[in-house]
Formats: sequence, C-alpha cells, structure tokens
Amino acid sequence: MPYDPVLVQPMREDMTSMGATELRTAAEVDAFMARPGTKLVFVNSVCGCAAGMARPALRLALRSEQRPEHVGTVFAGQDLEATARARSYFSQVPPSSPSIALFRDQELVDFVPRHRIESRDAPAIAFDLVSAFEALAQPR
Amino acid sequence: MGTFHSDKGDLHGITVVVDTHGSRLYVGRCDTVRPEGVVLLDGDVHDEAQADAHGRRVSKEAWLSQAARFGVWKRFDRLVVPAADVRSIRRLGEVAG
Repeated sequence: MPYDPVLVQPMREDMTSMGATELRTAAEVDAFMARPGTKLVFVNSVCGCAAGMARPALRLALRSEQRPEHVGTVFAGQDLEATARARSYFSQVPPSSPSIALFRDQELVDFVPRHRIESRDAPAIAFDLVSAFEALAQPR
Repeated sequence: MGTFHSDKGDLHGITVVVDTHGSRLYVGRCDTVRPEGVVLLDGDVHDEAQADAHGRRVSKEAWLSQAARFGVWKRFDRLVVPAADVRSIRRLGEVAG
C-alpha cells in the first residue's frame, strides 16, 4: 500500500533537485526510454538505504562530467504502474529497490541491486557509479 | 543500513546469505536472528544436491556468484533456517559477484 504522498514528497524532491525526471506513468517511462543516448533509471524507495546511501550516492556521482545524458526515477511502492513498466526494461534481473539501472539507448549496460547499496556508504557507491558512467560513455 | 527496528538485530532488513552444514544455501532479507534460527523474508533457497530444471546440479558457489551479481528472484515470502543447520550468515553485498 502506498505511503501518504505528503511523507514521500521530500524523497521525490531529493531526486528532482539533482536533475532527475520523475516518471509517474507507464507512458512517461516509455517516452523517457525512447530517448536516444545514455540513461540512468533510479528505482526510489522509502527505505533507509535509499535515504542514507542510494540518493546521497547519486547526488555525489551525478556531479561527474560523465553523467548519463538522461536521468529518470520511478518510485517503488508509490507509482506502481510506472515502476512495473520501468522494470520491464530490465526484466532479466530480479526486482529490488532501491536500485540503479544504466542504459545505452534501451540496452541495459549495468545494474546496481539493493544488496550492493545497503551494505556500503554513499561515497563508495558513488565511486563505483562514476566508474560505471565512464564505461557507459565510451563509444561501442 | 537496516531499518529502524532496534530490537531485531544488526542484520534486520539486510539481504543476507545463510550457508548451512548441508547442501542448502539461502538468500533473503533478514528479519530476525534468534537462538532457534534465522528468519528470512522474500528469499530463495538453493540445494546443490538437487538437479535444476535442465537436469544440472549447480554448486553453492556458482549459484551464490550469480546471486551476488543481481540478487535472487523471490520464491518464498518467508523462510526459516533452523539454528542447528546454520554454518554462517553474511551480507550478500560482501560476496564478490
């Protein structure tokens, strides 16, 4: 059952304040994924590891010059249709939240599941993300 | 970071791998670690003594390596690993994928 929208609004704004596009419907997800170029999709969550690790790590990593061209976010447990549609673009990996998917066009290039977030601190996750951004930016 | 239930132990809310003295290996979100056993939520269990759908036996190490990369597909809402079976419990995130 979704949480009170008032409670999750700061968690949404945490992402939009770093330049992420909120994707709240399946149509918005499809439009985002149809854009050519490199993309990051963050599956947001109300849990502590999203607040304490994943979002701070993204804030650090997205300062990188190599950041993906497009950054979008869906909110697991809140925007159910959008989250399900986003996960359909990385259906080969088990669902988890928070999690981070990196794409070149619509090709999944890298994926950071929840268990790679919950056990680490934000700078360590950010370091790995920047390395992944650099690899993503390399021409095929 | 686990969740904010301080009475449930340090691993509460963390994705863990529980190895056993036998052929089974469990992965799931740790709920509680009690004297009688470990309670996992939203997890899966692998038995290296059993053949998979393709008739192959997959070692614990091989299955865990895959799980460490991407996680596991939830097959069980709740799993209980009896304390007598537990060889070790550790964070899945600490396992090299």
